[in-house]
Amino acid sequence: MATQIRELIGNHKILPVSMERVRDEDDLYELGMTSFASVQLMLALEEAFDIEFPERMLNRKTFASISAIDRSVSELVSGRA
Amino acid sequence: MNVAVNPAALTTPALERMARVADEVAARYAADVDATGRFPEETFAALKRERLLGCWIPKEYGGEGLSLTEICGLVARLGQACGSSAMIYGMHQIKMSSLIQHSVGSPWHLDYMREAARDQLLLGSATTEGGIGGDLRNSICAVEVVGDRYRLTKQATCISYGRAADAILATCRRNPDAASSDQVMVVCRKGDYTLRETVDWDTMGMRGTRSEGFELVSEGDARQVFVQPFSEIAAQSMLAMAHIIWTATWYGIAADTVVKAQAFVKAEAKKKPGTVPPGALRLAEVSASLQQMKSLLVAGIARYEEALADESLMNTLSFIAELNTIKVSASQLGIAIAQQSLMILGLAGYRNAGPWTIARNYRDLLSAAIMINNDRILGNTSNLLLISKIDVSVA
Repeated sequence: MATQIRELIGNHKILPVSMERVRDEDDLYELGMTSFASVQLMLALEEAFDIEFPERMLNRKTFASISAIDRSVSELVSGRA
Repeated sequence: MNVAVNPAALTTPALERMARVADEVAARYAADVDATGRFPEETFAALKRERLLGCWIPKEYGGEGLSLTEICGLVARLGQACGSSAMIYGMHQIKMSSLIQHSVGSPWHLDYMREAARDQLLLGSATTEGGIGGDLRNSICAVEVVGDRYRLTKQATCISYGRAADAILATCRRNPDAASSDQVMVVCRKGDYTLRETVDWDTMGMRGTRSEGFELVSEGDARQVFVQPFSEIAAQSMLAMAHIIWTATWYGIAADTVVKAQAFVKAEAKKKPGTVPPGALRLAEVSASLQQMKSLLVAGIARYEEALADESLMNTLSFIAELNTIKVSASQLGIAIAQQSLMILGLAGYRNAGPWTIARNYRDLLSAAIMINNDRILGNTSNLLLISKIDVSVA
């Protein structure tokens, strides 16, 4: 799933840096993800994984790193199954 | 500025002390501050005498540990007398909230907080920058730390009361290689920096805030850089505090026009006993608007305090959207209230002087919509609302 998340971040140009430089634990905000880009990423994730983020997940922490996103998306995907 | 402390300041409630400053000092100099566009020095000397600059600081650090509601009450009370003074006092308190909430784990900042309470220091801010403008979550300038010293040069488009402040809290990139949004905040102390004026401050209103543009060149102890990244300071306290405390300022300025409008209607009623003056209906109308504005402020404070108790709320998009909306609504209501009061006061209110003038209030309130431009905030909120659900709950 992390690979798919990486692809989405890359394809939607969420970060001003190249994806190869980004490790799973890196803080995406520190790498330059703007709040506008973070919302675009949330929309892309909802679309790609057919999920809907509940309000409690719509905060900075949920989207702070690739592994944090992975955890949240996995939780929603498994909850649906 | 060394000022002897009024001994009574230590025993009287803060709001009473603020009423004294507002009525006896700020109101007296407000017209001159506005006309000449100067820093309200008499008011700030009085605020220091009454120990009102450090009253938000927790008791264990030498302050009074007031609540956000009390701080907003003080700001609004001052706003009834002098809008510029209230805005400066409010901006100082916004910086103070950063110091109070984000000094944990940094002995230097904790010591500085003690010093701020003891010496009643006035804190200023340098968040805007040439080439970036009001987008305070991006910086061009960067702090350079060499050994135990920091060095920073910032082309600040606005440093309100820059020359009068005892310290300027400046945002910048963490280091010269950091991304524009990877920011820290530095406490630049008076004596650490020089200010070269680059843009004058000659505006329609808020003339006493002296929000000139400066080149700030600062050097000092590297420990003065906040440990917590600015992204967290902005998200956890500064943005919310700015919206709430500005709202309190505008509320005070708008409330003053309604107080005048009511006194005007009452004077009319006394002149013609047995009749209801034409402005009475408008007064009822404007009192409803003022109540609406107060509700926004009270709701904002309650929401913030709720989020302080439950940190997971603080960073949610719905919290940010709600605070954004409070700012936009309050800034629009403030000017609408002044307009409604003007309808009651008529020519007497439109005059630049005299007992019924609300000219200064009106001009001061015009700044509300552009202090972080409402269009920028609405743009930000519109993005959040692509994903965050509209809150339809009652609580």
